[in-house]
Amino acid sequence: MPDAHLRVFRGSAGEEGHFDEFDVPVEEGMVVLDALHWIQGHEAPDLAVRWNCKAAKCGSCSAEVDGRPRLTCKTRLSDYDLEEPITVEPMRAFPLIKDLVTDVSWNYEVNKTIQPFTPPADVPQQDWRWQQEDINRVQEYRKCIECFLCQDVCHVLRNHETDKPFMGPRFLVRAAGLEMHPIDQADRREYLKDSGGIGYCNITKCCTEVCPEHIKITDNAIIPLKERVADAYYDPLQWAWRRLRGGGGATGAGVELPVLQGDARPSDQTAE
Amino acid sequence: MADTTRPQNRPHDVLVIGAGGAGLRAAIAARDAGADVGLVCKSLLGKAHTVMAEGGVAAAMAHVAPTDTWQTHFRDTMVGGKYLNHPRMAQLHAQEAPDRVRELEYWGAVFDRTADGRILQRPFGGHSHPRLAHVGDRTGLEMIRTLQDRAVAAGIQVYMECTITRLISGPDGVTGAFGYWRTTGRPIAFPAKAVVLATGGVGKAYEVTSNSWEYSGDGDALAYAAGAELIDMEFVQFHPTGMVWPPGVRGLLVTEAVRGEGGILKNALGERFMWKYLPEERRHEYAATDEEAARWVTALSQGKETDARRPPELSTRDNVARAIYIEVKEGRGTPHGGVYLDISYLPAEHVRRKLPSMYEQFKELADVDITAGPMEVGPTTHYVMGGVRVEPDSGATTVPGLFAAGEVAGGMHGANRLGGNSLSDLLVFGARTGTSAAALAATREGDPHLDPVQVQAAARDLAAPLEREDGEDPYAIQRDLQAMMQRLVGIFRVEDDLKEAVRELAALRRRWTKVKVTGGRAFNPGWDLAFELGNLLTVSEAITRLALQRKESRGAHSRIDYPHTDDAKWGKRNGVAAKAPDGTMKVYTTPLPKMPDELQRLLAGDH
Repeated sequence: MPDAHLRVFRGSAGEEGHFDEFDVPVEEGMVVLDALHWIQGHEAPDLAVRWNCKAAKCGSCSAEVDGRPRLTCKTRLSDYDLEEPITVEPMRAFPLIKDLVTDVSWNYEVNKTIQPFTPPADVPQQDWRWQQEDINRVQEYRKCIECFLCQDVCHVLRNHETDKPFMGPRFLVRAAGLEMHPIDQADRREYLKDSGGIGYCNITKCCTEVCPEHIKITDNAIIPLKERVADAYYDPLQWAWRRLRGGGGATGAGVELPVLQGDARPSDQTAE
Repeated sequence: MADTTRPQNRPHDVLVIGAGGAGLRAAIAARDAGADVGLVCKSLLGKAHTVMAEGGVAAAMAHVAPTDTWQTHFRDTMVGGKYLNHPRMAQLHAQEAPDRVRELEYWGAVFDRTADGRILQRPFGGHSHPRLAHVGDRTGLEMIRTLQDRAVAAGIQVYMECTITRLISGPDGVTGAFGYWRTTGRPIAFPAKAVVLATGGVGKAYEVTSNSWEYSGDGDALAYAAGAELIDMEFVQFHPTGMVWPPGVRGLLVTEAVRGEGGILKNALGERFMWKYLPEERRHEYAATDEEAARWVTALSQGKETDARRPPELSTRDNVARAIYIEVKEGRGTPHGGVYLDISYLPAEHVRRKLPSMYEQFKELADVDITAGPMEVGPTTHYVMGGVRVEPDSGATTVPGLFAAGEVAGGMHGANRLGGNSLSDLLVFGARTGTSAAALAATREGDPHLDPVQVQAAARDLAAPLEREDGEDPYAIQRDLQAMMQRLVGIFRVEDDLKEAVRELAALRRRWTKVKVTGGRAFNPGWDLAFELGNLLTVSEAITRLALQRKESRGAHSRIDYPHTDDAKWGKRNGVAAKAPDGTMKVYTTPLPKMPDELQRLLAGDH
């Protein structure tokens, strides 16, 4: 088999960065992450790559291969023309740490602002019953492995288009999993509208295309959430009803999300 | 720019090292008990090994088999562990697992359901009843995400991509830990009143493994260096079914749920070979014919009860792994050196629904459609039964202030772990350990103190590989270690090989003391490996020396030169490795704790 020719981004935060080129011997079934490991083990031991499971279950090894956001552990070299170089770069939406590793801690900060699962106080757990078909949809959202490729490809986040924060597809999926849980009691609609910026999503479906878990992010998570928000805030009857009820049950409203920065690393815990 | 060589200082009541299931559950319990908790993990939160667990979490909830009880779960666990388990641990585990699973549901986990709307349970190897609560074949993901969300909501301080390199001790035991941020290389010191190890396993000592880079035996080695005892390290679980082809995915886990759902193992001649390998004393628990096994699978897939007994593929992992190894060794393997595992005789839709991630994994990585044809599988290093000796009720190690839970702790699983018992183990003992660590912390007056001499020594050791003028690349040493352990300390062991391995380990350690790392401090995987290699060498030595000491075959430890189980001599002894005053490793045995009569009676008639 011929060698694969990889162009790999090298550089650290605040540097210009460059591409190093490597010829990697190819074995059958090899994926891009295998090639990166070969480079670490033989030519560039300090090449920064994030990975864990190597089985598309942990979502650590996200990068951009020939410009497309991918899990490098399930991107096979045989899908590429090995006569041409394969370019591997870090995710662009997030601040660079080093080489292929970016600072994704912003995502963890956003996650903290979502009201967690809130079971009913008056139904004892031994009485909880629901059918498989009632949870199939929630289980689809919960397949998310937090690779953040959807966040990376989302043009709102990638191009830093807004001054106000947008939680991004990953966390709309998480919110959908909570909102549509059979017995969750929280109401996250005001949070989604005002804090999460759900209105920024204009349904281009790029996130769905890159999802390695094949979650139908836009159709099954974001659009139903948008409908719930619209029903609550833009349907005059519901709006009036909410005013009458005093808006009780709204949770997480008024929380401020951090804005994703393109260059700086706002959350570097090691700098304090 | 911060000074990346000056240590940060972050005191906590309880420091938990490792953020897989055990670490997260311990952190939550410690927080619930009122402690200020720091949680350190080498990777990003939610990426730890628990995320890869597939088949399910074992708990006798009796949703599918009404006759299941903690007593039957206890018995299965002891039988599977060849009676070498710490009986108190096996008891607590079986008794408390159902509550721990229900608690996850209360925190938002969404398990698959029975027809009457409760948590569904599936059969697994060595379990006498359908017992594993699950979410398709991604149960670990569901568990870690649920625990992660709970920990975040509880306000636990998480230190992501941070590696602990040393425990710091004082006259009263452990007082904290020292490590570094992987992102910047900056050192960080954690004074703590109690430290919980939850670092997982040791699989990276082997070439073919289902484990990630993180599994370098850090907790075992940290505890060993601090004076704790490691027990049962000779018992390394080789999971029977890893992928064997293509080479890039060799060792990747194929969940036991494939067999739990009816997967059949065949050799290249088309023989269903597991019939041959059922241990005589357990044969009565398994189907007698293909027809009976098929009836069991049909009933299972329709959610019906049956009097048919389970298929032979659901024997314990040690036994199935040995069987596959022998079939291949004797020339009845597939072209790529494995055997066939076939689930394609069931309806495609059913297979995709029950085993979605296996379907994806084979389609995407091996071009195999598991609904249309068989998989090729072979054994892969998966789990270590042994680990740091702990007190069952509290998770306390033999070193004051130091606790351990999950895979890094030894004793629970004896000589062989049943599938599904690790996820329940980490919940049960994670919770217990976190609670008792917080309780100890509450009794310790004043601020924890880190001996500056030890901290400085740790900082020097950490920096040394970066500062050496010349020396060997860590990757080369790791490759040689993995190949050696695979060759000499694998599924079948023999005295000469083990002695050779001890010599080789000494040579590898000499090479490691001169390891040199190129590049800087920031996110440098070579530097990470330089440190982890030292831990891998320690655990490899413990595995090898204890394998040499145990002159019998039991569970996952198979000696060619001692093929029989020797209950009289070895049935009630744990192998122990500990650090001698001169720094060398000493090995010895200690008697297994006596089993109370009421537990004895549960096993009566079964031995």
